Amino acid sequence: MSAQDTDIMLDLKGVSKAFGSNKVLNDLHLSVPKGKSMVVIGGSGTGKSVMLKCVLGLLQPDQGSILIDGQDGIGADAKTRGEMMKKFGMLFQGGALFDSLKIWENVSFGLVHGQGMAKKEAKEIAIEKIIAVGLKPQVAELYPAELSGGMQKRVGLARAVATKPEIIFFDEPTTGLDPIMADVINDLIVEQVKGLGATALSITHDMASARKIADYVAMIYEGRIIWTGPVSDLDHSGNEYVDQFIHGRADGPITRRVV
Amino acid sequence: MTGQAIEQEKPRKCCNPVTAVLDIFGAVGASILNMLAAIGRLCGFISRAVMHCFTPPFFPSQLARQLIDIGYYSLPVVGMTALFTGMVLALQSYTGFTRFNAEGAIAGVVVLSITRELSPVLAGLMVAGRVGAAIAAEIGTMRVTEQIDALRTLSVNPFKYLIAPRVIAATLTLPILVLIGDIIGVYGGYIVSIYSLGFSPAGYLSQTWDTVTQIDVVSGLWKAGAFGFIVSIMGCYHGFNSARGAQGVGAATTNAVVSSSILILIFNYLITQIFFS
Repeated sequence: MSAQDTDIMLDLKGVSKAFGSNKVLNDLHLSVPKGKSMVVIGGSGTGKSVMLKCVLGLLQPDQGSILIDGQDGIGADAKTRGEMMKKFGMLFQGGALFDSLKIWENVSFGLVHGQGMAKKEAKEIAIEKIIAVGLKPQVAELYPAELSGGMQKRVGLARAVATKPEIIFFDEPTTGLDPIMADVINDLIVEQVKGLGATALSITHDMASARKIADYVAMIYEGRIIWTGPVSDLDHSGNEYVDQFIHGRADGPITRRVV
Repeated sequence: MTGQAIEQEKPRKCCNPVTAVLDIFGAVGASILNMLAAIGRLCGFISRAVMHCFTPPFFPSQLARQLIDIGYYSLPVVGMTALFTGMVLALQSYTGFTRFNAEGAIAGVVVLSITRELSPVLAGLMVAGRVGAAIAAEIGTMRVTEQIDALRTLSVNPFKYLIAPRVIAATLTLPILVLIGDIIGVYGGYIVSIYSLGFSPAGYLSQTWDTVTQIDVVSGLWKAGAFGFIVSIMGCYHGFNSARGAQGVGAATTNAVVSSSILILIFNYLITQIFFS
């Protein structure tokens, strides 16, 4: 972290999580400065998604603490947890749009049901957000099944930022998209996060995406963070695991074990 | 050497009768513990679901949607089932009762069978097939596509938004469906008796009216409420705990229908025992 990034928004300290005998997170430490974008890179099955779910409160860690703007999220009562959730926005890997709702209802869902805003006002904001992510306003009246994968990601992004969250999470934001659409989504993420002044935590194994949206990069391997630093240091990290991963080499310390 | 040592040990362990008996007890004990854990999880789920039915915030638009989906759209299925059940009942009763010159009891048999047993049980089973499966499949798909996680990140409790409206709607609408089924079922018996068996309309209706009592209808409605609760809660439970993938959703759907059907038959006996023992 640089000297001016001492104000920490998200602080994971010694987080561990196991499923039976499978230890997925193993004493994980990670700090995300306020207003910065942290991207966690790592291969499949290294614990990226579990880490994100622990931060979001969807999974309960076995050990450790997760401080969100100074407040411990683990073991918080329902009311405190509910207030914390209002600070969050999340773009899911598959979009996770509600099939039975129109696009504008999806985008305005957090405003109407989470914040109690009137539907008319929420619809206006939803259409603004739909336009902001590069979609036509007519899309607002369609259902998720009528949209392409790229359009669904844009709607997911619009939904994630509609409530003006303080922390936004991105789960593999470019997975399954063509390179051009992936770059468009990356640009939109940067634009929306900077526009809101939000803190962002993303997980990905798409290096082009990581380089574009990150201020800081952390690498997770076997359930712990093995390297973290500014994105500008990524190519000379001095860490052989990071080097192997960012260059996509089969040979190196990271091995693919066939069980 | 190590492999040989293991091979030598195995037959000894296998032939030891004490170990074999202990293994059987162990397996039975593990099964019982698993079953108790499953019952505990289900009870926990039910208590959370019931609590969220009575505590705000409420989602009236979701409730209205479920009332239409579960109640209104089940009406043709329940109506057809009741109609043909009433018709068959009249026909079969006539075939049997003529042997004892007891044709006059047909109207009474039809109305009592329909209101007390057949209408609530068959409506419950039909709704279990139609609604229980749909609930499990919809919520299971929401689970595997992370839509339930998305609800949580948008500060909405899935129990309040998904579970409570379905449980309330099914518990309220099934008694109404059964009441309509009662009328249609009795009318089915009336049609067959009048137009096929040659009964007089006034005599048939008079005997129906004289036979049926308030408790016959009320017991059926209580059963219907219980069956509606069972169908919705089992659909929600299996969908909510669906395993990943298409197979997981398929299994959740099957389990929802099978478990709710069995529970309907068990609770039918228990409620009958309470009302008529």
